[in-house]
Amino acid sequence: MSAFVESLRLALRSVLRSGLRSTLTVLGILIGIAAVVTVVALGESARGQVAAQIQSLGSNLIYVFNGEGEGQSRAGERAGHRLMVADAEAIRREVPGLRAITVYSSTTTQVVSDFETASIDVVGADQDYATVRGYAIESGRDLSRSEVDAKAKVCLIGASAAEKLFGKSDPVGYSVRIGRHRFEIIGLLSRKGQSPFGSDQDNRLVMPIGGWHARVFPGHERKVDIIIASAPDSASVEGLRNQMDQVMLEQHHISSSGKRDFRLLTQDSFRKSEEEIYQVLSLVLISVAAISLFVGGVGVMNIMLVNVTERRREIGTRLAVGARQQDIRWQFLAEAITLTCFGGVAGLALAIGGLHILERQLGWSLALPLTAVGAALGTSVVLGIAFGLWPAQRAARLDPIEALRYE
Amino acid sequence: MALRLLGKGEESAGSSPPIIELAGVCKNYTTGPEVVHALIDVDLRIGVGEFVAVIGASGSGKSTLMNILGCLDRPTSGEYLLGGISVGARSIDERALVRNRMIGFIFQGFNLLPRTTALENVELPLVYRGLSRKQRRRMALEALGQVGLLGRALHRPNELSGGQQQRVAIARALVTRPPLLLADEPTGNLDSKTTGEVMDLLERLVEEERITLVLVTHEDEIAERAQRVLTVRDGRIERDLQNRAPPPAPRPAESLESGR
Repeated sequence: MSAFVESLRLALRSVLRSGLRSTLTVLGILIGIAAVVTVVALGESARGQVAAQIQSLGSNLIYVFNGEGEGQSRAGERAGHRLMVADAEAIRREVPGLRAITVYSSTTTQVVSDFETASIDVVGADQDYATVRGYAIESGRDLSRSEVDAKAKVCLIGASAAEKLFGKSDPVGYSVRIGRHRFEIIGLLSRKGQSPFGSDQDNRLVMPIGGWHARVFPGHERKVDIIIASAPDSASVEGLRNQMDQVMLEQHHISSSGKRDFRLLTQDSFRKSEEEIYQVLSLVLISVAAISLFVGGVGVMNIMLVNVTERRREIGTRLAVGARQQDIRWQFLAEAITLTCFGGVAGLALAIGGLHILERQLGWSLALPLTAVGAALGTSVVLGIAFGLWPAQRAARLDPIEALRYE
Repeated sequence: MALRLLGKGEESAGSSPPIIELAGVCKNYTTGPEVVHALIDVDLRIGVGEFVAVIGASGSGKSTLMNILGCLDRPTSGEYLLGGISVGARSIDERALVRNRMIGFIFQGFNLLPRTTALENVELPLVYRGLSRKQRRRMALEALGQVGLLGRALHRPNELSGGQQQRVAIARALVTRPPLLLADEPTGNLDSKTTGEVMDLLERLVEEERITLVLVTHEDEIAERAQRVLTVRDGRIERDLQNRAPPPAPRPAESLESGR
């Protein structure tokens, strides 16, 4: 036990003594370990975050987008929109299995309260919007069918929008002005945070689609950006999607083999694309890790072989005073492990820094899980053994007479 | 100088019990197609507390003899008893144990670990004995005291003179209290004044601690101080001289034909 502690102490001293050489040697290990830690941290927390963010959109959603292009076209391109409020009504009528369905059109515009003016996403939707998207009504009440049908000048407000316009006070009962129209706030939506697409889901006003068309974004009567439906459970999503497809084909007078002017997407497909991003990122990092660790490991092996050669006299002396082969082997192995752990700890520090940057870029909260620390140190030790064993073996197998003769 | 020539095989150490007994020891090296007979049928007895000098030209086999005596090498044939224990045919690790327990080595180049204090250098053999740090420290300080370097315990080799470095190395050899010291040209790197100091120290250890000292040298004035001088030539012990009156202090080598 004492020899064990002694060799660790010696190893640490020898690694610290040649600080620059050690640092250069373990640079590859450092980068590799940083990549490993990042992969593990991403795997542990980002995946869950993505799932949570996608879940925050609502549950078991089926989207109908316009055309073949991107789902959320910008305002100027709405001329090409084919989705109509009537499509949503047809789906509501003919696909009774759906839990809820709503249209969705959005534009960002200046909204004025008695206190402030702010740039807010103003959404035109149905009475089921909050249900479909999974917002709870924090205060006040939801839109009613009659209000939607009557294009009433009422709206729901998201948490961020409410903060911007009304500060901490409850906005229900106040009114806001858009252009020359005033809208009464009847309900406050619960907070959802960021969407998987990076937008703030709480910086919005939601009003009846008819009113939105008439007062906020006139000129494209009855055309909508998206139709969003919610299935009662994940098992029914696929079937309901196909039913919706049929209704849409009929509505748009397209044969089932014809070219669709709409796109149906399920929430799962978002999850898949997010997972693909994650997988690509992981793959890149794992490749970086594997290459760096290998190069770093070879560097450690190289420096250890140089060490063994340079210190042959020392090895000879140790053998002469009674070191067994295993003592010498362990001494050099401990040095290699110390070296790689040195790189591992530095890599861990680099990864913590890197994760902070990723956190800001991706908007994910990336706590450093204990498993990542374990993975870093475990990998370091394994590398030290893998790449230190051969040099250590060479040191242990030195003939004491040869070793002592070395000048 | 009164040197008495002894017949080969004649017991030189009288009543003293043997620490070293070699019987028919041969060592062959195979280099390519050639077999080199480095030692040929060597018989040797060295008693406890003897001070034996080994001389011989390079390539004579004296290094091979020392390597075998030091359990660094194994004889090809023959028997080697060290302190009555057969050690010739032992495994690598068993020989490491024998070296650790029974032999102290003193090298020409001191072989101290650089950037390591004198104290830690002296502790080294005890590390491989698995002693606690405290115990090591105590024994190492005691050994440093024996060589008169207690005040230099925390100095590193590069802060010590050559003579001091060799005394640290002697302390390292002594720290395990081995019955046998093997010294390979211990004063080869030292000037004449420090040579005298180191030799005085070694002689004192032989006398006071009854340690057996086998010392390789090519300097006659060093060999002259030994009680017994072995001359190795062509793989055999050619001469085994008993020096009846070992001189108490170094003297000029005018009475002996200089070896170089």
